[in-house]
Amino acid sequence: MAVIEIKNVAKRFGEYQALHDINLTIADQEFMVLLGASGCGKSTLLRIICGLETATEGEIWIGGKRVDHLAPKDRGISMVFQNYAVFPHLTVFENIGFGLRMQKMSNDDVKRRVERTAGLMHIEQLLTRYSGELSGGQRQRVAVARALAMEPDVILMDEPLSNLDALLRMEMRAELKGVLAESNTTAIYVTHDQVEAMSMADRISVMHEGKIVQAASPIEVYRNPAAEFVAGFIGNPPMNFLEATPQGGGKFSVAGHSFDGPSAANSNLQFAIRPEDMTLAENGFPAVAKVVEPLGAHLLVTCELDGKLFRAILDSEMQVKPGETLKLAPVKDRIRWFDPETTLAVA
Amino acid sequence: MTAATTDVAEPSQDTRKAGRFVYVAGVVLLCAWVLVPLYFLLINTLSSPEAVNAYPKSFIPEFDLGSLTFFAGFDGILTALKNSILVAAMTMVMSILIGAPAGYALSRFEFRGKELFRLLILLTRAFPLPLLALPLAVMFIRTGIDDTVFGLALVHTTLAIPFAVLITFSLFSGIPIELEEAAWTLGCNRVTAFQKVILPLVLPGITASAIFAFVISWNEVFAAAVLTIENRTLTAFLLQNLDTSPLHLKFAGGFILVVPALIFIFAVRKYLFAMWGIANR
Ligand SMILES: Nc1ncnc2c1ncn2[C@@H]1O[C@H](COP(=O)(O)OP(=O)(O)OP(=O)(O)O)[C@@H](O)[C@H]1O
Ligand SMILES: [Mg+2]
Repeated sequence: MAVIEIKNVAKRFGEYQALHDINLTIADQEFMVLLGASGCGKSTLLRIICGLETATEGEIWIGGKRVDHLAPKDRGISMVFQNYAVFPHLTVFENIGFGLRMQKMSNDDVKRRVERTAGLMHIEQLLTRYSGELSGGQRQRVAVARALAMEPDVILMDEPLSNLDALLRMEMRAELKGVLAESNTTAIYVTHDQVEAMSMADRISVMHEGKIVQAASPIEVYRNPAAEFVAGFIGNPPMNFLEATPQGGGKFSVAGHSFDGPSAANSNLQFAIRPEDMTLAENGFPAVAKVVEPLGAHLLVTCELDGKLFRAILDSEMQVKPGETLKLAPVKDRIRWFDPETTLAVA
Repeated sequence: MTAATTDVAEPSQDTRKAGRFVYVAGVVLLCAWVLVPLYFLLINTLSSPEAVNAYPKSFIPEFDLGSLTFFAGFDGILTALKNSILVAAMTMVMSILIGAPAGYALSRFEFRGKELFRLLILLTRAFPLPLLALPLAVMFIRTGIDDTVFGLALVHTTLAIPFAVLITFSLFSGIPIELEEAAWTLGCNRVTAFQKVILPLVLPGITASAIFAFVISWNEVFAAAVLTIENRTLTAFLLQNLDTSPLHLKFAGGFILVVPALIFIFAVRKYLFAMWGIANR
């Protein structure tokens, strides 16, 4: 059982505050993805959990035990580094067995464990090679195998796939998820790739400027972003925003049309809708198409609406030319509202 | 690769030939620069006193071992050789033991005045040794380490340390911190991670800087001449005795000085190449 609890963790580098009061609980055997833009503090948080960095404030608990004061080796964790960190002076076999040898495991046991883990990662045939003789993808597999061989309670991964090409990344994504699901470990996976996050995670924690903005299942994060930042960060292209002014009685005027909004609110709000939740309808917003991008499966149309850029994903069969005026209507139950003061979602 | 072939996108046959010629000529010249004096030294060492002073010279050695046997029988030369090796070895060990941790600290930790510290290390080389010789001699006499192998090794160590620190600093800096961190997460503490990961990776470079320290000590003559009387190193011993010797003995003495250093460097050349990043298997 390895529940990870992060309690009120803050980190300052001199004047600079990299993490603000982080609170997060990760369930046993959960696959948690930390998602956020570059520089938002993902690695810093991971390194604090791992013990490579000390928090300025707060506590880390793993498996019901406080571990802040413990060295990395005593926390029952393994880490996969962004740049692999495969030891260049050791063979693949010795790399994978490194941690086991440190535990003084017998030669036979090391051999058995290394071969099994190498099998999982499909690198049995590379065991006698050195890291200089491996491709990036193979090195990646070695790094993961080395972490898995420890059979840790917790495995931490810092953008492990970021250096691979798109195809290999997709392959490794599925493979890694499969291997981890079988290994009963709690995993924290750092990435700035939202596709990776959406496809692998049990839960996603979206980070922004040293804070966790939302921690929820991928579909929840996608459908019900807790803040404007999440709405604008997740989804490709991200959500559209339009100004909404209250008309009383829970009605809001958006680009000349009236919509039912949050009944409690009577200040200006942001109306948000995903591009794929727009349909063509007679009573829709009139929008002038600016750029038309056929993406194969769909048609991405960037229009001008209410003086702002507005994107819609339409059926690829549609014939749309730039300059044409489209009538776009949102799917009613997909509309989301945000308070521009707090930037948080309002229901 | 030569400049001629890299600068031009598609070099003609002629420029390529010319480049090749310059390259070969350069290599030959450099080799000659090192080898010709050594060869003369060898010939003259192996020649009889008459042949050494004769003109024109023969380019084929006579294999007259007279000068060398003279030295072999020369009183104190073996002690001097032993002292030289002892001092150089102690210098090697001490400069690495002190220099490598300093290099590690410089590359891995942030502390106030780090840049200044690095500069100061270099500045120690700016003090001319003759300036320090007298105060050092006085200090050595007071502490009772004057005229000892250890005392001289201390002086040589201070000469070698700046290089040891700077070489090891760049060695450690060249090793990604993630390798160490990975070792920490895999069950190592700072010491075992250093032993199992960092040390194997820097060993060739450390060896190279140790050799450098050895050679610095071996070649150093001023401090050796000033600070020792009985326990002279080979350089100081020969300098003292050859001053007034006939020419053939000077040659033989020079030969005796050069050869051990050459043999030593030849034996560890692999590590020297490693320092320059040239694979030599
Ligand atoms: N040792 C340090 N000293 C000073 N500032 C640091 C240090 N480490 C990180 N930071 C700062 O803390 C912030 C968060 O860094 P962190 O490495 O956690 O970002 P990240 O989310 O992992 O980004 P990326 O996706 O680019 O890896 C950055 O602004 C960074 O400049
Ligand atoms: Mg990072």
